[in-house]
Amino acid sequence: MAILLNRSTRVIVQGFTGKIGSFHAEDMKRYGTKLVGGVTPGKGGQTHLGLPIFNTVKGAVRETRAEASIVFVPPPFAADSIMEAADAGIKLCVCITDGIPSQDMMQVKRYMRRYRFEDRMRLVGPNCAGIITPGQALMGIMPGSIYLPGRVGIVGRSGTLGYEAASQMKALGIGVSTSVGIGGDPINGSSFKDVLRLFEQDDETDAVVMIGEIGGPQEAEAAIWARDDMRKPLIAYIAGLSAPKGRRMGHAGAIISAFGESAQEKVEILKEAGVVIVPTPSSFGDVVADTLARRKQAA
Amino acid sequence: MDIHEYQAKELLARHGVHVPRGGLAYSPEQATYRAREIGGGKWVLKAQVHSGARGKAGGIKVCTNDEEISNAAEAMLGRKLVTHQTGPRGKLISRLYLEEAVDIAQELYLGFVLDRKEERVMIVASAAGGMEIEEIAERAPDSIIRATVDPGVGMQRFQAREIAFGLGLEDSLIGKATETIFSCYQVFRDYDASMLEINPLVVTRDGSLVALDAKMSFDENALFRRPEISELRDKSQEDPRETFASDRGLSYVGLDGNIGCIINGAGLAMATMDMIKIAGGEPANFLDIGGGASPERVAKSFRAVLGDKNVETILVNIFAGINRCDWVAEGVIKAIREVGVNVPLVVRLSGTRAEEGRKILADSGEAVIVADTLAEAAEKAVAAWRAATKKKAA
Repeated sequence: MAILLNRSTRVIVQGFTGKIGSFHAEDMKRYGTKLVGGVTPGKGGQTHLGLPIFNTVKGAVRETRAEASIVFVPPPFAADSIMEAADAGIKLCVCITDGIPSQDMMQVKRYMRRYRFEDRMRLVGPNCAGIITPGQALMGIMPGSIYLPGRVGIVGRSGTLGYEAASQMKALGIGVSTSVGIGGDPINGSSFKDVLRLFEQDDETDAVVMIGEIGGPQEAEAAIWARDDMRKPLIAYIAGLSAPKGRRMGHAGAIISAFGESAQEKVEILKEAGVVIVPTPSSFGDVVADTLARRKQAA
Repeated sequence: MDIHEYQAKELLARHGVHVPRGGLAYSPEQATYRAREIGGGKWVLKAQVHSGARGKAGGIKVCTNDEEISNAAEAMLGRKLVTHQTGPRGKLISRLYLEEAVDIAQELYLGFVLDRKEERVMIVASAAGGMEIEEIAERAPDSIIRATVDPGVGMQRFQAREIAFGLGLEDSLIGKATETIFSCYQVFRDYDASMLEINPLVVTRDGSLVALDAKMSFDENALFRRPEISELRDKSQEDPRETFASDRGLSYVGLDGNIGCIINGAGLAMATMDMIKIAGGEPANFLDIGGGASPERVAKSFRAVLGDKNVETILVNIFAGINRCDWVAEGVIKAIREVGVNVPLVVRLSGTRAEEGRKILADSGEAVIVADTLAEAAEKAVAAWRAATKKKAA
């Protein structure tokens, strides 16, 4: 099923009736996502976009058997919504909200660990573009038309840079199994390593493109894991070669504050781990095509 | 968001951390008056700028009489202090802080940061204070003590106690040190700080523990619930280009190159800057216009970018998902007609309604250089910038 999401995944929207939630809910429905309802406290019992509204996530899960939730709730209340989803038995939560305080995210991560591993929710984001399994379902805000269904996985922090990679690949006829945006915040639900692990186990993914950036330890961590435990080719780009130290480049997490966090240092670490490097952001397509061709030759 | 030393000290003092007696001054007269209020015979005059390493740059002076205070204040006020943290532009000194001098027996380091790997608040302490933490890590790595706080239950007293003992303090100071560390953590948590550094935390000759310097930064995402911190913002310490942009809700970082950038998405913005560099140019700024950008917002972005006098070419790169290229194109035309764009302009539109957007640009009759791909956009921008500078030189 590619990873995380397919056409039969039952999805609800938290922050369903808001302007942004409504806009994207319609878009996701149009793409083919199995949307089964939404949550807006105080509007339970009504319908919106032809779907039932619930006051609580527990109510929505009970009535619709939803397994996944996408959160469009504003930053001051988003952490609470994520924890509500975790407690209601949601298996996959994608949080699009940008601007959640770091301390709230620390609490969310701590809270999620109170459930047994097999009952624990997987969080993707916050501050991310979401997940798309091309041709099947969309749980996010990306334009569906730029993704060709196929067998290359994408995992990245940035939304629009992910679009750039997918469209360069499409132009060469290369499709995507699933694309996952893990978001630009310093503390996020799923790390690069978490998502790479899923792609490695997925029979419908042949290779993975990782789109990292300055700041934080996750790209280096992923590189070490890939070197030791990943058999599929990993192709990586790191954005921010021209970013100065100590300045936040848009994303709350895109800041070089320690050794090993600059783009140059991350590229070195990835190279040493045997990861294929995309040297410029205009060569995603070519490098992926080349890597796939070489893999075919070797087989 | 950064705050001044004196502001951090006020915050810490309110929560039980000992700081030297001191007062703020905006003029030499006020500084000498403050000396009288504080009393004693030796003071330290400190420039209040958002930067560390002020001492080496001449921003800290020890004084023993009115004349010295007055002269030092005169020399500092209105000047720009340049440290290795401020960059060559420096930061304006418009406030001074005068403090009683303290008799130092030992200098310690105490810091609180967000540890991204552990996803917890980390406390870092060392008995080798007085130098920057990077230097401590290099010269005395074994002196560094670390502890992380479980966000579920918060910091525990034993953790503060362990650090106090780890610093090798005398028994009589353990209680004070434990309280200081614990209070600092509470300030960090209660105000949504992202960094708190006391360097040095000193043991005085008369056996007390005093925060001689204090540096704090705050999580901007949490300011909505910390109005008392928002109030401490000092715009004179910011790059005016960035203040202009942030007041208009734009995410902008000023850089030193000549090619102005207007892009949607932080990742694509960084990648486009990289591409400009690879093509042989230098970006003048980072600017993310965000999602759902209206023509007005695009025009505002042009104002922000053109506010930088070094900008000699503009590159607009949009990969529209939730944005609409037709709106962006309208914004570009609006900017040309209302703001006035007298430098070469390269525009690349991709994604939602790209065709309509390109048509709007073509039909406008304005001089816009259109590019189809990211590489082409960067190359055309650098080429246009080179041609423009050549023409200027000729």
